[in-house]
Amino acid sequence: MKKNQFIWKRKHLLGLRSLSREEIEHILDTAKGFEQISTRSIKKAPTLRGKVVVNLFFEDSTRTRNSFALAANRLSADVIEFTQKSSSVSKGETLLDTAKNLEAMGIDIVVIRHSAGGVPKFLSRNINASVVNAGDGFCEHPTQALLDTYTIREIKGSLEGLKIAIVGDIAHSRVARSDIYAMTKLGAQVILVGPPTLMPAKVEQLPVKVSYSLDDILGELDVINMLRIQFERLGSNPFPSIKEYSHYFGLTVDRMKKAKKDILVMHPGPINRGLEMESEVADGPNSVILQQVKNGLAVRMAVLFLVNQGAMMRQKIKDRRERLED
Amino acid sequence: MKTLLSSDKIAECITALADEVARQRTESTRIAIIGIRSRGEVLAKRLSAILSKKFGTEIPCGTLDITLYRDDINNPQGLSQPVVRSTEIGFDIDEKIIILVDDVLHTGRSTRAAMDALIDLGRPKAIKLAVLVERSGRELPIAADFTGIKADLPAKENVQVNFVESDGKDQVIIT
Repeated sequence: MKKNQFIWKRKHLLGLRSLSREEIEHILDTAKGFEQISTRSIKKAPTLRGKVVVNLFFEDSTRTRNSFALAANRLSADVIEFTQKSSSVSKGETLLDTAKNLEAMGIDIVVIRHSAGGVPKFLSRNINASVVNAGDGFCEHPTQALLDTYTIREIKGSLEGLKIAIVGDIAHSRVARSDIYAMTKLGAQVILVGPPTLMPAKVEQLPVKVSYSLDDILGELDVINMLRIQFERLGSNPFPSIKEYSHYFGLTVDRMKKAKKDILVMHPGPINRGLEMESEVADGPNSVILQQVKNGLAVRMAVLFLVNQGAMMRQKIKDRRERLED
Repeated sequence: MKTLLSSDKIAECITALADEVARQRTESTRIAIIGIRSRGEVLAKRLSAILSKKFGTEIPCGTLDITLYRDDINNPQGLSQPVVRSTEIGFDIDEKIIILVDDVLHTGRSTRAAMDALIDLGRPKAIKLAVLVERSGRELPIAADFTGIKADLPAKENVQVNFVESDGKDQVIIT
């Protein structure tokens, strides 16, 4: 009974929009095998020995950057940390020049975060290394959505038929977009919740429902993912006051009484405690926020492993084709 | 296609393997069985069931996935792709005598990977290798401690082990 003859062929992970259900499930299945590395006495495997991973972050990040670095380290890759402030970018170097220079050092995988959407894709077309998107503009944050779905799958068994709400600033959230693609592809029903001013344009084109009231739908939810209010991205006032937002959309102890007993409470971090949710909820029995962080490590190990495998597979197919043409 | 071991012969071999392990006179409390995915896993479970009965105490059994330790992980042969699965070892391997179990010993490369993977889990007292089929063709200085059947085969011949649990029937064939 041979199973899993699926072959991973992607050299890059740019987003989840273009991934099939089978590909997403393959990443999650692969991540399962990486989970135990972090629990044993020697937390390292030799899988990516001799490979070089560059963390190319043009936006602030602690969780994602450290998670990628630790994932690469645990697979024995060498990691170069690159942040905008301490680099030649502050001297006016272009993105492509920066990447080309890093590539000249012989890197294998670039993990990139950038405030402009589409940068990872641009990079993937101009350099030979594998590119992993760690968040681009308001577009995608694929590894966050993968760790979200991994966490849900681990606890609920499957996403099939689950009702999942994503609450808050959907318009400025790349996490929401990647979540929508991943969760709906895995069979969940996604409901976006927030004030109309924080809903994205053309929301009707997404495979989701929209609700402007959290209280209306809270009772039917299996999972609730509370997004962070991103003050750094909010220009003109999208809601009258923080207090009012919190009143309608904050996850309070009181509000939790309306939810199912086994609802999973998620947050991509960092939390604005008291705004998106009360501390008692963030640290409460339904919260899986720290499990998300833990699972992020396994998921990112799997992603680094797979893009490397995909790059080799592509090269091999290309070599074969050339040999046939000769 | 040629049959190397029939279903009956496989059962005999596994019983003989268990007898050999038992004859080592090690304290049963220190023995643990670990099978290499995927056919070694099945073989390990059968061995541990027989040994548990023999010793009258539960012999712990685990499964090792060696994918991350393979020496061809970044240079895979052909257009196949390694699949990472979980290592499931629910006991501490420190100071244990580990009976490492695989279906076929051929080049020795899987055994090398398995030993490296085990050492990252702890420090066993000893690692012993038990295989159902020990064939010729070693590429590393590795030998089996317990062997079901020995087979001298040319490199191009392939030994395929099937078990009821994983393949629907017990047989060892040469293809």
